[in-house]
Amino acid sequence: MTTVSAISQAGPVRFWDRLNIGTKRVIWAWGFLALPIIFYSVIRFYPTFQAFWLSLTNWDLLRPAQFIGFANYQKMFADPLFWKVFQNTFLYLIIGTPLSLAISFVIAFYLDRVRFMHGFIRALYFLPFLTTAAAMGWVWRWFYQPVPIGVINGFLSTFGIPQQPFLRSVDQALISILIPAIWAGLGFQIIIFMAGLRAIPNTFYEAARIDGLGEWAILRKITVPLLKPTTVFLVVFSSIGFLRIFDQVYNMTTNDPGGPLNSTKPLVLMIYQTAFSSYQMGYAAAQTVVLFTILLVVSLLQLYVLREKQ
Amino acid sequence: MSATTVSPELSANRRDIRPGRIIVWTLLFIGGLIMITPLLFMFSTSLKTSGQVYDLRLIPLAPTIDNYIKVLGDGRFMQWFFNSTLIAVTVTLSNVFFDSMVGYTLAKFQFRGRYFIFLAILSTLMIPTEMLVIPWYLMASQLGWLNSYWGIMFPGMMTAFGTFLMKQFFEGVPDDFLEAARIDGLNEFTIWWKVAMPMVVPAISALAIFTFLGNWTAFFWPLIVTTSKELYTLPVGISSFSAEASIQWELIMTGAAIGTIPTLLVFLLLQRYIVRGVMLAGLKG
Repeated sequence: MTTVSAISQAGPVRFWDRLNIGTKRVIWAWGFLALPIIFYSVIRFYPTFQAFWLSLTNWDLLRPAQFIGFANYQKMFADPLFWKVFQNTFLYLIIGTPLSLAISFVIAFYLDRVRFMHGFIRALYFLPFLTTAAAMGWVWRWFYQPVPIGVINGFLSTFGIPQQPFLRSVDQALISILIPAIWAGLGFQIIIFMAGLRAIPNTFYEAARIDGLGEWAILRKITVPLLKPTTVFLVVFSSIGFLRIFDQVYNMTTNDPGGPLNSTKPLVLMIYQTAFSSYQMGYAAAQTVVLFTILLVVSLLQLYVLREKQ
Repeated sequence: MSATTVSPELSANRRDIRPGRIIVWTLLFIGGLIMITPLLFMFSTSLKTSGQVYDLRLIPLAPTIDNYIKVLGDGRFMQWFFNSTLIAVTVTLSNVFFDSMVGYTLAKFQFRGRYFIFLAILSTLMIPTEMLVIPWYLMASQLGWLNSYWGIMFPGMMTAFGTFLMKQFFEGVPDDFLEAARIDGLNEFTIWWKVAMPMVVPAISALAIFTFLGNWTAFFWPLIVTTSKELYTLPVGISSFSAEASIQWELIMTGAAIGTIPTLLVFLLLQRYIVRGVMLAGLKG
């Protein structure tokens, strides 16, 4: 027995020893990559193609999927609900991104200069980033209740301002949901802006001051242009976040998800309902393809903007 | 990266040219208080009885932990807390291991097809999770992974973001160290694990923080893949609990507080690492 095992072990060892160092390293490399390649193929690439395929079928979990061409897309583009949802999704983006970036830049700009209790103040702004949207959605929902429950309406009434319907109003619900989403993301944006501000070499500021530039000119001519990579990153990062908004909407409108009257429903919530409430998997897959296309355009715009600079 | 630590003369310089520093500080402080107001009210209400909920005082007249005893009493939150922790820890370990391994291979090995593999992994960043959930759901139902820990975890076991982050950092590790280890006769796995990994600890901690936080707060996929309450993660549990509790706001706030306290505690302990990790990931990622 011992001789047999010794021989069978000697085989691969001798084979391995005969390889040159370069070949051995290549084998190691593919050995390291073996499991990840399987993972990315099975869990990322195959499902991507499957999603495209499913968007061309009428699959509903019960019967096998049948190819129906672009019928799902025709149905979607003819559906007023889809266009309402499309509009809502872009409202989250168009209001959310500029507003959150403007606020976080101003805070980062000033917080960067504060020495006294810097870490403590930074922590106050950063804490909401660590919360769970599912939990905070309910806290904000409570905030928005009418008196005597809701904190915001209670606060307004002490100043004699009339009650606001917030989540119950078609006009105010979307912005009411957007505010917690902005609130939760501010801390991250502030930290990234501060990192960007600190990466600007001090010599630029000194040179500008020697040239007699005022604070406002320095901000416009040095800080903002040199901060461009950071700003572009944050614009894309937060745009993608707002385009994919779901957790807040789902938790703040559980009685009538996306309501009232679909006024807050974003694309991802529509996808969720189409797929997992009405089980129209093929139709939902077509909606995910639209989401994919929108996100792809945003990412390509980022590449374009960054390339232009060089 | 060295630029992230402020040189003292920089701050001193800026300080001289800014009058009204006290006003700026006060405004920033008030803004910070407004930021944590929802958290303060959440904790405050979780300590009130149902009769006191309408009293909007921030400090409860007669604080009580009855709500916590009631909410934690039936063991559901304990179970969800356990599920979330187990899932977030497992996925984080998996990401730290595999993303580093792939990032290291792409940064430090020369072989044909390297660039192709890199682009292929990078391209998955463009694919939103929402597009994959329907095929994942199909896969999970065919393989019997619905309502299981593995079903919640499998999509996130490796990420392109983590791989890219680790690759960036491994590129900064000098080849000389790795060559020296190779001459000492260490095999490639040991060189990666024992020599290269300790040199990128800041990146590993950034990756770990992001992965953990992302999975701890994840809502969309766990909501889809779990239907039995025993397997809910904390966010899905909080959501279903709150919908059931209807207008018992003091219980809803308690549930939300239970979901928030762990991350706040971790943050208080690791504040410097977390902020630095977010900066690293944001600048390099």
